[in-house]
Amino acid sequence: MSSRSSGSPHPYIPATGADRARMLERIGAPDVGALFADLPAAMRDPAIHLPPALPEPELIALMEELAGANADPWRPDFLGAGAYRRSIPVITAFLIGRSEFATSYTPYQPEISQGTLQAAFEYQSVVCELTGMDVSNAGLYDVASATAEACLLAARVTKRRIVALLEPIHPGTVEVVRAYARGAGLRVDTVPSPEAIGEEHACLVAQQPDFLGTIVDLEPLAAAAHGVGALFVAVADPFALGLLRAPGDAGADIVTGEGRDLAGPPNYGGPSLGLFAARTKYLRQMPGRIVGRTRELADGNGRGEERTGYVLTLQAREQFIRRERATSNVSTAQALIAVAFTITVQALGPNGMRESAVLCYQRAHDAASRIAALPGYETPERGPWFQEFLVRGPIPAAELAARLAARGIGAGLDVSARPEPEARDALLFAVTEATPEAHVDALIGALAEIGGEA
Amino acid sequence: MSGSGPGVADFGARLSFDRGEPGRRAVDVPSWAGEEAPLPDDRLLRESVRLPELSQGGLVRYYTALSARNYGIDSGTYPLGSCTMKYNPKVNDTVASLFGFARAHPQAPAEDVQGTLRIQLELGNGLGELTGLPNVSLAPAAGAHGELAGVFMVARALEDRGELETRRRILVPDSAHGTNPATAAMAGFKVTQIPTGADGSLDRATIQRELDETVAAVMVTAPNTLGLWERGIEEVAGLIHDAGGYLYGDGANFNAIMGRVRFGDLGFDVVHLNLHKSFSTPHGGGGPGAGPVLCSEELAPYLPTPVVEEDDDGLVRLVAPERSIGRLQQFQGNAAVLVRAYAYMRALGLDGLRAASGQAVLNANYVRALLHGHYDLPYDRPVLHEVVFSGSRQRRELGVRTYDIAKRLIDHGFHPPTVYFPLIVEEALMIEPTESEPPEAIEALVEALISVAKEAESDPDTLHHAPWTAPIGRLDEATAARRPVLRWQEDSE
Repeated sequence: MSSRSSGSPHPYIPATGADRARMLERIGAPDVGALFADLPAAMRDPAIHLPPALPEPELIALMEELAGANADPWRPDFLGAGAYRRSIPVITAFLIGRSEFATSYTPYQPEISQGTLQAAFEYQSVVCELTGMDVSNAGLYDVASATAEACLLAARVTKRRIVALLEPIHPGTVEVVRAYARGAGLRVDTVPSPEAIGEEHACLVAQQPDFLGTIVDLEPLAAAAHGVGALFVAVADPFALGLLRAPGDAGADIVTGEGRDLAGPPNYGGPSLGLFAARTKYLRQMPGRIVGRTRELADGNGRGEERTGYVLTLQAREQFIRRERATSNVSTAQALIAVAFTITVQALGPNGMRESAVLCYQRAHDAASRIAALPGYETPERGPWFQEFLVRGPIPAAELAARLAARGIGAGLDVSARPEPEARDALLFAVTEATPEAHVDALIGALAEIGGEA
Repeated sequence: MSGSGPGVADFGARLSFDRGEPGRRAVDVPSWAGEEAPLPDDRLLRESVRLPELSQGGLVRYYTALSARNYGIDSGTYPLGSCTMKYNPKVNDTVASLFGFARAHPQAPAEDVQGTLRIQLELGNGLGELTGLPNVSLAPAAGAHGELAGVFMVARALEDRGELETRRRILVPDSAHGTNPATAAMAGFKVTQIPTGADGSLDRATIQRELDETVAAVMVTAPNTLGLWERGIEEVAGLIHDAGGYLYGDGANFNAIMGRVRFGDLGFDVVHLNLHKSFSTPHGGGGPGAGPVLCSEELAPYLPTPVVEEDDDGLVRLVAPERSIGRLQQFQGNAAVLVRAYAYMRALGLDGLRAASGQAVLNANYVRALLHGHYDLPYDRPVLHEVVFSGSRQRRELGVRTYDIAKRLIDHGFHPPTVYFPLIVEEALMIEPTESEPPEAIEALVEALISVAKEAESDPDTLHHAPWTAPIGRLDEATAARRPVLRWQEDSE
């Protein structure tokens, strides 16, 4: 492997030695080092050990090698538990690859940022339609941090200091809510049922489908929360909302969700995308950027036109105006991922969203029923479910996962330590509309073999 | 930058929702051929969802037209101060999309993601070398997220010292990014603002006066938002430590000092970096970024979960630090952004990174030299990565605001600099050229700024109505906030 020769001009830095000499002369500095004279002399230019620079072909070769050190990306794999491989239209990656989108920044200058702004308005519109909410922001980091922000909002508006999370909810979400809540001086209760909440709770948070894959009837949960004066926060998978009832229709006050899976491949979890939508009455308490529609000023262009345009709005909530009194510290979030999410949802359209969700549901149920038919296996159910199901085999869960791995198959997540009785000794498998039939066949074959050995 | 096709006169009035026709579709969904399981009870389902129905070509054309109404680094010079809008190398995108990385599942066992984790380990080691703070979590998704991690870490450490009840204040300079005070507040601290001295550095006397047993930390942006080095920060660090507080470093402007000086050597306890700035990953119109947090040995047990470690047997894995503040997001952060940042670090190496910081600083000083005299320069000192001019003379004498100057610059083909920040400079014009602009681009930018300054004298009205050549003119932001329209409605066209 060859490295770059030291001192040669770098393709990312256009100035030549002659340029530098000319510029230094204009500035009146003897050399570049002199520009750093304010830095403490004793600490300047320390010894630093980095691997050598690589020319582009060598860099690509290295990265190919590292990508190859991950598991075969096309092997059968049934992990879900918060991240799902989906059928993403090719146009999504193609369009967000347009460098006018990708290499721009926060649209502080709306006149030359209408692409980002109008796309964000499309995003807000799509999120409102899917969730059944009135207003959406332009996106947060991920579902868990968005849910934490929802809890902070609920505490602010109810002036209560305890938030309640309904189990089973993603353990990562619980952990993030706890971390944020600690900063705000809030307590977090994880509750087994909505009966456990009272007038001390700022909100009830429930995941749809829940962490073990079960479809939840949100309406009684919303009623229970409202009955004690708490907000109801639904953490919903936006893909499932192609089929499932909109949480807003069931009484949710805030809906959060994870948008990553509709934006692109899992990417080891990120970039992710936190959906955050709410009722209008909470608009001015919302975190993050919000894009609004407006018109040109009558005297704004000298042409007397008043065309439609988009701007960042309601910025009096935000950190760069309100500083320590802002609704959140969020600045840069996941704008490009929000565009990708929007393109996928709009490419699928109203029919495609439903058809994909139904296909996902059918594939998953078919796989589960084939597994349940194998001797020694069962798929304990906790109610109607969407794309994830529990599998209990003839051997302990961890061993079953290991034996599948030995056969080149990624098992579902080991949830055997959870308190729910159905999860005892179980793995949580995900099958989606993007799971090839051949992968399910391979799984069934492997499980049958393992069952035969047991 | 113009739309194409019919109906562009008021392009923004028609959203995708208004452009579809029932029955059109952009992608096929295969139908299920197997046995059908009954769907759940109707009360759990929805009847329909309102979404646009466009053909594939129609949707591509719409979003392509949108992209044409945007300006990115690839479009031209983008001297947005404090944002480090440097060239985004395309090879970074190419390698990040390799299937082995892209299809990796966040719940995958460590054995299945050794390539991804090796990258994170080596990136973390490299950032540790560059900052002199060897303990790192790459999980935060953006700069403000990294700040939140850092301030939570400070709170947790104080709690373990039994001093969280008494140390309730964080000192923040008045030149700081708004995220600093907002973050301090999210962690439950009170913010005390520290004025900037006449030379553009922190006012040492005020800091010394404020430092007492109620101070948890001092948050310092280094170099600061005036583009200036905080002279004597290493001594201030000593004062803070003597008073029992921590020194937090906002590394948003790290691009200026990569390879030149290290936060750890200066006495910083915890810093965050913005990899979408210094490490060239695309800004995406406002993310995704990455905001790793790095710290001293003392604070290492508090780092957010997860951190990356290598076992004795060479297996790289994610672990939770002993006294971790916990997770700040569900999984491991913006992993694909980290792959890009690693590719950037490997493409440059130490020599390249030092060349980048050197050229970035040279370019900013070149702007300063060329533009000197045409606009006010309230802090007239050699700068690092950026230079902050002021349009206060133009405002006072000509009734032209920096806002007008920025809008007119658009007509010259440039993205405007950051304006009205930092807050301590009236009519601020904050210019950060970065190392990736050639001298001729900098000269063209300066010529445009000078021409606008002259025009402000001869024809201020042209500036008041600028831009003239952008896809759209000035927008009514007041009405947008007073009567918010935040989503498509059936009759909104």
